[in-house]
Amino acid sequence: MSVKQISTNMLRGWIDGLLLQKTVIGPVQHQGHFRFESITSSDQLALDYDVTDLPPKKFLLPPREVMMTFRSSGEFQSVMEFHPFVLFGVHPYDMIAINQMDRVFSEKLVDIHYLTRRNACSIVALDPVAVAPHNFSGCMGTATVEKGWDLLLTPLPQDGYLLEIGTEKGNTLLHSIYELPDASLDQLQLREQRWNQNQKSMRRHELKCAPDDLPDLLEQNYDHPLWQEKSSQCLSCGACNIVCPTCYCFDIQDEVDWSLETGVRCRAWDGCLLRDFAEVAGGHNFRKQSAERYRHRFYRKASYLPKRFGEIACVGCGRCISACIPNISNPVEVYNQLVGE
Amino acid sequence: MDPQIDSPVIGHPSSDIYLPHPALITSMCSLTALDMLFEIHVPSPEVHTPSPGQFVEVSLPGIGEAPISVCSFSNHPHQFQILVRRIGNVTQALHQLQIGKSIGIRGPFGTTFPVDRELRKQNILFIAGGLGLAPLRSAIQYVLHRRWDYGKLIILYGSRTPDEQLFLEDLHDWKSRKDLTYLETVDRGGPNWKGRVGVITTLFSLLNLEDDPWSAIICGPPVMYSFVLRELRQRQIPNELIYVSLERRMKCGVGMCGHCQINGLYVCQDGPVFRYKDLIHLQEAL
Repeated sequence: MSVKQISTNMLRGWIDGLLLQKTVIGPVQHQGHFRFESITSSDQLALDYDVTDLPPKKFLLPPREVMMTFRSSGEFQSVMEFHPFVLFGVHPYDMIAINQMDRVFSEKLVDIHYLTRRNACSIVALDPVAVAPHNFSGCMGTATVEKGWDLLLTPLPQDGYLLEIGTEKGNTLLHSIYELPDASLDQLQLREQRWNQNQKSMRRHELKCAPDDLPDLLEQNYDHPLWQEKSSQCLSCGACNIVCPTCYCFDIQDEVDWSLETGVRCRAWDGCLLRDFAEVAGGHNFRKQSAERYRHRFYRKASYLPKRFGEIACVGCGRCISACIPNISNPVEVYNQLVGE
Repeated sequence: MDPQIDSPVIGHPSSDIYLPHPALITSMCSLTALDMLFEIHVPSPEVHTPSPGQFVEVSLPGIGEAPISVCSFSNHPHQFQILVRRIGNVTQALHQLQIGKSIGIRGPFGTTFPVDRELRKQNILFIAGGLGLAPLRSAIQYVLHRRWDYGKLIILYGSRTPDEQLFLEDLHDWKSRKDLTYLETVDRGGPNWKGRVGVITTLFSLLNLEDDPWSAIICGPPVMYSFVLRELRQRQIPNELIYVSLERRMKCGVGMCGHCQINGLYVCQDGPVFRYKDLIHLQEAL
């Protein structure tokens, strides 16, 4: 589709217009941190953010969601949430993580709870101008994104943005504004430059191999002493799981109302670093050692899921590096150590 | 705001892979102090008759779901048995139900023992430890249903104590049959126990497997596999003819929730029945 230009003022006006019809969720600053949240005015948006504490995943796969209601007599009824909303300002690495989750929840079997919410969501992606302290998406090939978004915003060096329309859904979002001028060739070139620059600058940690080499690298290092060494400090807190845009493992839990007559069955985030993740009734734990759980996470990201879906399930956002208290979760450090310093 | 925004949309049940189908408990029979055999009837045409080796997710509203192996085979559509050991929240609550009560069922899920494919015409060695007899029983019933279609049959069954032996009627039947060899042992005998005492691998010394090719099906507690596999190796049973049924934590049954992984495999979809050859290089498997 086409690429338009839009001034910052016009962008703000357009967002405020959108807010009259829809929920808009975007990056907002709180005490030096950024988080995706529902906004009431475009003034709240921090479009120059580097990274949010949690990925926008939480609006598509909420930390806790009702999947169905039940009566104690045994009838279950599905609950699907369809609240149209706009996810505004999603960085490329987070967009790619959402694209991966879309495949997980629709490729073999359809997860209607996820897809209903996903279909209600329009995504405005945003090329970043600031690099987060641990971002290495440039090494992972995820510093720019070609698909998944409905609209893509790229900041121009002086003022304003280029706005590419990716889908009809994106086009519909623009209904409220007058015809936007097409981007000039110069501006398109500036956009290319921004992409090239982001691919180069978003490398706060430098991976010493190609991402495509990771599955083989892991295959050869299952018994490497690193797993034991690093995980000996692991708190099994699951923070790396919680902040990860590609972690989607979940638990299913029932909640009964006070009446004991009705209740809800919920899906809640789970994490493979947590001690009881692979424990069965009776107490046998199939991943009892923290080293086994620690290793599993890296294999899942860079071997198991890639073999199933064809893409490395780490997008280089660096959130796990910031979140890990004992500082053992840096994927680049792990992979580089396996490559050999 | 759109008015629809505030009210959730109720979805179509047929499109929700997590929605249990209503089912009825048609009989309950206590087999041991901890184990209860349930007969389940699922009227929904969307629930297929389970094949040997498959499992279902059993749902109790307010308690949760538990993956349970189907332990029977019959041609009767929508009717099957599950053996439930009282060991967790759901199984505890299941034991307290009565005949005629309704429960939820999802599934059947997972791979099957290839009794209708590779195992036809073969000699089959069934090796069951403890609760592992439950999933194996579905395959044994299938094979005995079409006994003419298979070669020699041997069933080895090990329990911890005589009191923990499951399916006594079946054991009695297998003991008396001339068309199969049934051997059993217990880890610890008792005053009234006249049978063999010892772990399951001690039964192998009673077998002569050398003259014929054999396929083997194993299910038991995690500790049992390496010892049994060593016996099978010594008797030159090839890895591609060995099938195992494995237990893992399963929440969704449909390959989404991530709990049941054995390295890159999902037990709920790629298993629970695996060919040993496909697991031999997976460190998390056995």
